[in-house]
Amino acid sequence: MSTPQPPTPQAAPDWQAAPGSPYPVYTSPIPVVRAGLRHAVASEWTKMRSLRSTMWTLGVFVLLVVGIGLLTGAVVANSSTDVSTSNPLEQGFFGVLLGSIAVITLGVLTTSSEYGSGMIRTTMVACPTRSRVLAAKSIVFFLVAFVVTLVSSACVAVVHAALLEGQTSGPTGEQWFKATVGVALYVALLGLLSLAVGSLVRHSAGAITLMIGAVLAPLVVALFMFSKSLENVQQALFEYSIPNQLSIFYSNSLSDSGPSGLDPLWIMLGVTAVALGAAFALLEKRDV
Amino acid sequence: MIELEGLTKRYGGKVAVNHLSFTVRPGIITGFLGPNGAGKSTTMRMVLGLDRPTAGDVRIDGKHYEQLEDPLTYIGALLEAKAWHGGRSAYNHLLCLAQSNGIPASRVREVLDTVGLTAVARKKTKGFSLGMGQRLGIAGALLGDPRILMFDEPVNGLDPEGIHWIRNLMKSLAAQGRTVFVSSHLMSEMALTADHLVVIGQGRLLADTSMAEFIAANSRSYVRIRTPQREQLLDALHGAGVSVVESGAGVLEVDGDKSEAVGELAARHQIVLHELSPQRASLEEAFMQLTAESVEYHAHDGQPPGAVPQQQQPPGQPPQQPWGSDWKRG
Repeated sequence: MSTPQPPTPQAAPDWQAAPGSPYPVYTSPIPVVRAGLRHAVASEWTKMRSLRSTMWTLGVFVLLVVGIGLLTGAVVANSSTDVSTSNPLEQGFFGVLLGSIAVITLGVLTTSSEYGSGMIRTTMVACPTRSRVLAAKSIVFFLVAFVVTLVSSACVAVVHAALLEGQTSGPTGEQWFKATVGVALYVALLGLLSLAVGSLVRHSAGAITLMIGAVLAPLVVALFMFSKSLENVQQALFEYSIPNQLSIFYSNSLSDSGPSGLDPLWIMLGVTAVALGAAFALLEKRDV
Repeated sequence: MIELEGLTKRYGGKVAVNHLSFTVRPGIITGFLGPNGAGKSTTMRMVLGLDRPTAGDVRIDGKHYEQLEDPLTYIGALLEAKAWHGGRSAYNHLLCLAQSNGIPASRVREVLDTVGLTAVARKKTKGFSLGMGQRLGIAGALLGDPRILMFDEPVNGLDPEGIHWIRNLMKSLAAQGRTVFVSSHLMSEMALTADHLVVIGQGRLLADTSMAEFIAANSRSYVRIRTPQREQLLDALHGAGVSVVESGAGVLEVDGDKSEAVGELAARHQIVLHELSPQRASLEEAFMQLTAESVEYHAHDGQPPGAVPQQQQPPGQPPQQPWGSDWKRG
């Protein structure tokens, strides 16, 4: 609810001659506020929460991360395989990988759906500082994606740690951090990249296809590189493919070389920064 | 006040708006008229900073649109119908607009009430009819209680009651000292609402005049006469000092509301009349004449494209000979 307003001296709209103008100019009784980023963020938050598709997409994400996480955790905990030397949280990977597709979709739709519906014109008329709109969208989306991923991956990690208690020596602090905060930052950045691509492409289906292609294509293409002369390319595609980068947060990788530790986070941060920069630049240049 | 100065917009090689200069003043309704594709919407989008002008300038009370810190309290616009997400309710759509400009949320209910959408405020806008959509767009324009209002084709899709409502709304907004700028392609609609008229065609300014002047200049009334005794009638009219013009096919025209006088004159001279009818050139005709040159999308009436009506030939000039018909004379 809005804060109670002080009663205005004149409830009815009054006439007032502007200095230097021969015409009477209408003056509104509504208090004038200098709109800033704070207002744009509030507006984008209302936009995001008032769409059922947001709730559906986030619901599917939580279902995938938690559901698949619990399923794989239960299977591994009940098998006789020796897991004592592996990361006890590594089974969280599958849910997050599949869930990231929901985050990509939501990220793209945050920007591109406004172009599809024509809402963007209303938005830009209300806030002619175009960069402020994109900044507000980025902030709101990033926080939502980060919090939702953090909560779901933390739930899964806690359950996995409990299920495998006794079979392993328990997750280290670094393992905890990477499987929760690390993964949440990575997935939120991936979503932010999708948001930037949605703003660049301005077409929902096109941008979603592009993003899912970027996640899956390198891995699939590399699988079929049988020629010896392409070995180095294949290696690079495997190592830097998004699923492999995600797997690094769970101490797993397709190879021993390539990115390790928190490298995936820095890679994704760089890529997202470039895409978002391009989105900001083009937003100023193009007609809405 | 909205000021346009040499405003030009080019899309590739196509000029949509061509060096447009005029001023929209407060306190009156300014009609913005032009055939489809004349550049009305493009002009309005440039006023709102949505499209960047190729050349020229447009200012709102001396400022560019991007310089307005609280744009919705300054200028409210109804652009095309349904510029919003269909999955959001009318209330939430207006709420996110209000929040972006720091307008109190209580104002959302007020404007929903003003446009008569309170009953469907919580419904998704996807199911709205064209008329309800138009009302929601107008609610968005009124949200900040702005001093300038721009409506792009506001009566589109409204029923007679809705049209009546929007006419009165625009009049009361202008009477409060606000600037009202409304586009239309219907002259008859503008004649009822606008005080001032800006006419464009193919992006160029064709007229910038007050409505009263436009009506006075363009609604010519005359009497149309057909008679088998043309010479006698012409003599009789000349004798009575009435000027008459011949408009081809044996039709005579007398300016003004003079059908009684002409009838009585003919009776006195025992002249047979086949037709004696008062005529009035409608504003719609005047508008069509004004924009005839610049209509973007011509519908053809079945005539071959080369067929030129006879009367368009300048009088006193010999009919054109087919090429080469006189080659032997040289």
